[in-house]
Amino acid sequence: MKWGVVRFPGSLDDADALWALSQVMGQEARALWHKDEDLGDVQCVVLPGGFSYGDYLRCGAIARFAPIMKSVVRFANEGGLVLGICNGFQILCEAHLLPGALMRNRSLSFICERVNVRVENSATPFTCAARQGEVLRLPIKHGEGLYVAPADELRAMEERGQVLLRYTDGAGRERDDANPNGSTRAIAGVANETFNVFGLMPHPEHAIEAALGGEDGLKIFRSIVMSVERTPAMASTAASSRSLA
Amino acid sequence: MSEDTSIESPVALAGEPAVGLEQARAHGLTDDEYRAIERSLGRTPTFTELGVFSVMWSEHCSYKSSRRHLRMMPNKSPRVVGGPGENAGALEVGDGWVAVFKIESHNHPSFVEPYQGAATGVGGILRDIFTMGARPVASMDSLKFGAFEHPRTRYLLGGVVGGIGGYGNCVGVPTVGGEVMFDAAYNGNILVNAFCLGLARRGELQSARARGPGNPVMYVGSATGRDGIHGASLLASAEFDASSEAKRPTVQVGDPFTEKLLIEACLEAMQSGAIVAIQDMGAAGLTSSSSEMAARGELGIELDLDRIPLREDGLTPYEILLSESQERMLLVAERGREAELEAIFARWDLHAVVVGKITDDRRWRVQWRGKLVADIPAAALTDEAPVYDRPAREPSKVASTQGAASSAASGPPPAEALRRLLDSPNVGSKRWVYRQYDSMVQSNTMDGPGSDAAVLRIKGTNRALALKVDSNPRACALDPYVGAAATVVEAARNVACAGARPIGLTNCLNYGNPERPEIMWQFIRGVEGIRDAALALETPVVSGNVSFYNETEGRAIPPTPAIAMLGVLEDAGRRVTQFFKREDDAIILLRTAPAALAASEYAALFTSSGGSLAPLDLKRERALIEGLVAAADRGLIRSAHDVAEGGLAFTLAECCFNPDGVLGAEIDGMAQWGEAEVFFGEGASAAVLSAAANEVEKLRELFDGIEFSVIGRVTSEPRLRVAKTIDEDVRELRQIHEQAIARRLAANG
Repeated sequence: MKWGVVRFPGSLDDADALWALSQVMGQEARALWHKDEDLGDVQCVVLPGGFSYGDYLRCGAIARFAPIMKSVVRFANEGGLVLGICNGFQILCEAHLLPGALMRNRSLSFICERVNVRVENSATPFTCAARQGEVLRLPIKHGEGLYVAPADELRAMEERGQVLLRYTDGAGRERDDANPNGSTRAIAGVANETFNVFGLMPHPEHAIEAALGGEDGLKIFRSIVMSVERTPAMASTAASSRSLA
Repeated sequence: MSEDTSIESPVALAGEPAVGLEQARAHGLTDDEYRAIERSLGRTPTFTELGVFSVMWSEHCSYKSSRRHLRMMPNKSPRVVGGPGENAGALEVGDGWVAVFKIESHNHPSFVEPYQGAATGVGGILRDIFTMGARPVASMDSLKFGAFEHPRTRYLLGGVVGGIGGYGNCVGVPTVGGEVMFDAAYNGNILVNAFCLGLARRGELQSARARGPGNPVMYVGSATGRDGIHGASLLASAEFDASSEAKRPTVQVGDPFTEKLLIEACLEAMQSGAIVAIQDMGAAGLTSSSSEMAARGELGIELDLDRIPLREDGLTPYEILLSESQERMLLVAERGREAELEAIFARWDLHAVVVGKITDDRRWRVQWRGKLVADIPAAALTDEAPVYDRPAREPSKVASTQGAASSAASGPPPAEALRRLLDSPNVGSKRWVYRQYDSMVQSNTMDGPGSDAAVLRIKGTNRALALKVDSNPRACALDPYVGAAATVVEAARNVACAGARPIGLTNCLNYGNPERPEIMWQFIRGVEGIRDAALALETPVVSGNVSFYNETEGRAIPPTPAIAMLGVLEDAGRRVTQFFKREDDAIILLRTAPAALAASEYAALFTSSGGSLAPLDLKRERALIEGLVAAADRGLIRSAHDVAEGGLAFTLAECCFNPDGVLGAEIDGMAQWGEAEVFFGEGASAAVLSAAANEVEKLRELFDGIEFSVIGRVTSEPRLRVAKTIDEDVRELRQIHEQAIARRLAANG
C-alpha cells in the first residue's frame, strides 16, 4: 500500500518511519513536504516523531498550521488513515483530530527507554494484527507524553474503546511504576471516534528489527496494511473499522 | 582590483578605546604578543584588529602551548583520509564509507552556565562533523563533576545532562554512550567533552580550504548577536576565580532546531557541488572561519560586515567579528551558483547571504559602512600565531607512594564492599543520565548506553561501528604517562569486547594551566603515553582538542585525557555483548598483569588515594585485543566484558544483569581469592568472557601469552557466588546498581 510520511522542519524520526515502511516492510512510502498541500494517492499519512519547529512553544502547536495539515485534516475527515507517532500524536491533538493533550512527563525530564503497552482494543485498523490484551514492547522517547483529557471525555473514550494502548508491566498489569510519564489512566495511545486517526507516544518504527532490540512495532504497521487490504475503498475505512475483528 | 584598499590603512572608529600595551593585556595578550602583532602589521592595530588577534592567538584557537607536542601523535594508517588540520579526521570503515569523528571540550562554559554550556558543546561538535560533508550519526559525552555531595554538583549535573539531552534529542542525533565521574578534584572545574561521529561516502568529503579568487563567500544559518563574545579568549583560555560567574554572558545560547535545519540544508547544498569550501563558525566565529579557510588555500578574503544578518541593531565590527552566536556556517561558493545555494537554504528557511569574496592577496580584509576596519595577513591570524615551548618540570612528588596496597585490609568484607561499589555513582549504573538521551533515532543503534562500547550498524552493509569514550584521571594523577596510555588501551579493549577491531581515536586533553611547568610536564607525558599506545595498537590519532586552564583559584584538575576509540565490525552479526547468556557456560578471566588497588574506586571509597602504577606491556595489551576480536569473529564467545572501574567482582556482577533475564555465576577457579586486589583491583588490563565449555580450548589458543583462567560457570539461579566470601542475590545487586544515582538525587531532593 501507499504511505506518506510528513516532513516538518524539526521532524526527526521521519527517516526512520520511511526506513521501517519501505526497507523493512517493503511498502511504498514517500516523504511529504510540510509546505506542500498535495497528499497524492497515499492511503495512510504518518506524522512522525521529532521537535517540529523546535517545539519551543507547546509541542505541535506550530505544526498544526503547516500548509500540509489542511490536507491532512481533510484527508482524516474523509476517513483516511492517519498515524501520529510521538510528536505526531501531539500535533494531532493540537489539530483537534484527537481528543486530549500531552503535557510534560511527571518526572519533568525526557525519558528514552523500552516500555510495555497493552493492546486495549484490537478491533481497529491500527491494532487488528495484535491480540486483545497482548503486551507489546516499544520504545518511548519524549519529554511531554503525559496524556490528559477531561474526565467525562475520558469516560466516553473508554466506553467507545478509543484507548488503544495502555502502559503496563511485562505481564500486562497496570502498575504506577510501569507508567513512565504519569499519563492519565496510563494511556499510551488513542484513536478518534471513527477509528481512522491514531496517536501514540511509543515509537513502533523503532521496534521493527530484532537486531535493534525488537519487532513488536511491526504489529501496528501490519494492522494498517491488513485493514487497507481488506477495505479497498479508502473512504469506507471509517465505517468498517469497528467491525474489523 | 583590491589594490586600492590595500594601500589604505584601517580606520579607528568613533568611541573606540585607544590601543596599546594596556589594552592588549586586558585582551589576555602578553606584551611580547602585542609587539609581534605590531610587527606583523607594520603599524598599531585598530581596536577591532586587536580583538581579532586576541581570540585567534588565544590558547583555545591557536594551540600555542600544545602545538609542538601534538606533532608527535601518530596520524597515519592505510585507513586515514583526513587528519589533524581539517575540522575533524576521517577513517575508511569499508564499503565506501568514511567515518569522521572528533571530541571537543566545553568545560568552562558548562561550569558557568551548565545547560547552555553543554548544549552548545554538542552543537559545536556536530557542526565540526557535518561541515566535512558527513551526516552526524552518533554522539557521546565524557563528563566529570565534583564530589556528589558538593553543593554545586546537583545543579551542574542536572544542567549539563539537561543541556546535552535538550540539544541532542532535538537535533536527531542519538547519544549512544559516554562516561560520568564524580570526584572532589573537579569541584571547581567540571569537564564536559562532547564527541560526534558522522558518516560520508568516500570522495564526498568537503574541504575547508578556500579556492578560486573571485568566488563568493556566503554566510548561512542564524543571525549574529552579541552572545559568546570572547568565549574563546577570556573564558576558555583562563583559569577560574571568584569573578568567573560574571562571565556568564560569554556563554552562547543554543538553538537545536536551527541546527537540524542547518544539517539538512548543508548536506543538501554539498550534494549540489556548488560549495568549494565550508567551515562552521565556532570559537571566534566569523573571524576564525574566514581567516582559516583563506589561509589554508593561501588566498585572501574580503568581508562586508554590512551584509551579515544581525539579530539586533548597533553591533560594532568588533562584536560582529567576535560573536560566537551558534548555528552559523561560512562557505565559499562556486562563482555563478549563488542563487542555486540560496534556493536550497531558503527551502529550509535559512539565511544564505553573500558577504564577501575570495581574493588572491592572502589578506584578511573587513569593510564596515564603507570603511576598512581590519586588514591583516590571513596567515598572521592562523599559521603564524605564536607557538610556545613552555618549560616542563616533573614535580618532586607525584602523589603519596605506597599506602593503597598496604591499607587494603581496612576495607569492609568483600560482599559489603561489592554492594557499596555497586551503589557508587562513579561505577554504578548511569541510567538516570542516559535515560534522558534519545539513543535510538536514525535506527542504527544495536547497543546503546550502558554497554562496554556502543555499536551502530551501517545501513546497507553488513558492517557495524563500535564506539567508546574513556578516561582515567586517577591513574593519570599517579602517573600521567602510564595513565594516558592505559586510557587508550582501555578504550580499545572496550571496543574489542564488542568484537570490533579498533582503528583510530580522537582525544580531548584536559589539563591545568600550561604556564606552570608541572602542568606542562603532565601534558607532555600524557601526549607521550597516548602516542606510544596508539602506535602499539596501530590506532592513529585522527583529531583532537586541548583544553588548558582547567583550574580554580590555583588548583588544577588531575590530568584528564579523554580518549574516544572507533572500531569496525565487518560482520555486525558477530557483535558480542557484556551479559552472560546461558547456564553452564564457562567463565574465563583474561589478564595481562596482576590487579592492583592503586587508582581504583575501591581505594577511593575505602582506603586512600596513592600507590603507584605498574608499567604497561603494550605488546601484551595488543595481543589481548587481537584475541578478543578473533574470538568474536570466530563466534567462540557468548559474552565479553572489560574489567574496569570497580574491579573483577563488580564486573562479574554486571555480567549477570542480562536485561532479557538475570543469570548467576559460580566462581571458584582462582587460588588467591580473598584478597581485595583480586576482587576489586583495577590496575591490570583484563576481561571476563563466557563461552560454551567445549569452546574453551579453541579460545585458549587465541590468547597466547595472556593469563587465561577458567574461573567458574554461569548459573540459572540468579546468585553471584565468589569463592566462599560473596553469595548475593543478583536481582538485589542489580537494584542497587541501577539506583546508584537516582537514589541519591531522590534522597536529598
